[in-house]
Amino acid sequence: MKPSIKPNMKLSAALILPILLLLSSITLSVYAGVEVREFTDAEQERRYHKLIDELRCLVCQNQNLADSNSQLALDLRNKVFEMLAAEKTDQQVADYMVQRYGEYVLYNPPLDPVTSILWIGPILAVIAAILLLLIFIFKLSKTTPVTLSDEDRAKTKNLLDQKGDDE
Amino acid sequence: MLKYIVPLVLFVVLIVFLAIGLQNDPRYIPSPLIAKVAPAFSLPRLYAPDAKFGPDLLKGKVWLLNAWTSDCRGCRAEHPYLLELASQDIVSLVGLNYRDSNQLAKSLLDQTGNPYRIVVTDNSGSVGIDYGIYAVPETFLIDRKGVIRYKYIGPLGPDEIYGTLVPLIKRLKQEPA
Repeated sequence: MKPSIKPNMKLSAALILPILLLLSSITLSVYAGVEVREFTDAEQERRYHKLIDELRCLVCQNQNLADSNSQLALDLRNKVFEMLAAEKTDQQVADYMVQRYGEYVLYNPPLDPVTSILWIGPILAVIAAILLLLIFIFKLSKTTPVTLSDEDRAKTKNLLDQKGDDE
Repeated sequence: MLKYIVPLVLFVVLIVFLAIGLQNDPRYIPSPLIAKVAPAFSLPRLYAPDAKFGPDLLKGKVWLLNAWTSDCRGCRAEHPYLLELASQDIVSLVGLNYRDSNQLAKSLLDQTGNPYRIVVTDNSGSVGIDYGIYAVPETFLIDRKGVIRYKYIGPLGPDEIYGTLVPLIKRLKQEPA
């Protein structure tokens, strides 16, 4: 038998596409927030980066504070740093921003009646999809199976035997 | 029949959602400061740096706080309308010169006219942060109790001023201090 190339190519194409999609979802954080900061310890530095990652810049709306070069983002990074230096908790920093700019600044919005559709929506969509799939499978299983006549069986057997002769 | 109706209904629902989404202005972010007391500050005045101004000085009055900078195009666009509003003596206009140079701010007002009763200078932008300012010009309407009642983001035009602001100002003036 000749080595078949086509099925393999299909297989690799089928694999490459999801891999590319997965890769495209991974983004590297390139920090615009490169100001020189003197953190008291590594923990404070970690909290600082976590906070500026999770707070949205209001000027460049699809960037977080860490990514944005805008003047306001710089001011707000300074504010976050100041507040951490003054031993405020992460929650206090987040509350400070929400009080001024609204929940819009949180990339990770809290679960409340307004945001519930954001959180529950995808789960509902998955449940609906599974239900639809089950209904589809159920319907498929109920269709009458194809019955073969004796004549059909004889034909099939004949064809299969012929194939066996070739090899 | 259901086979066709269900996807059609889903499609229509999706289209309605997307259509509503398209109408929304992504630049407009509802301010959490509405119905809250205007954050206190004490900033030097542009024309009298030794004298400070803060919201408490206008308690009992309805007033507008207008954040602007000398290099902002939207501020220049609304400037003539602010001058016109100021000339009608309906409301006190306070200018918050946000993160600007005092010299540039002064020279612009000297050239184009000054609609403000008072201009304060927020050189560091810290008062701007307290008011959640992210895109000048922004205008806050503050009532006699010192509570922010309305905020407008972007350049004010005749529609916003005479359609929304002035009627609201007249109503707020009726409220007890």
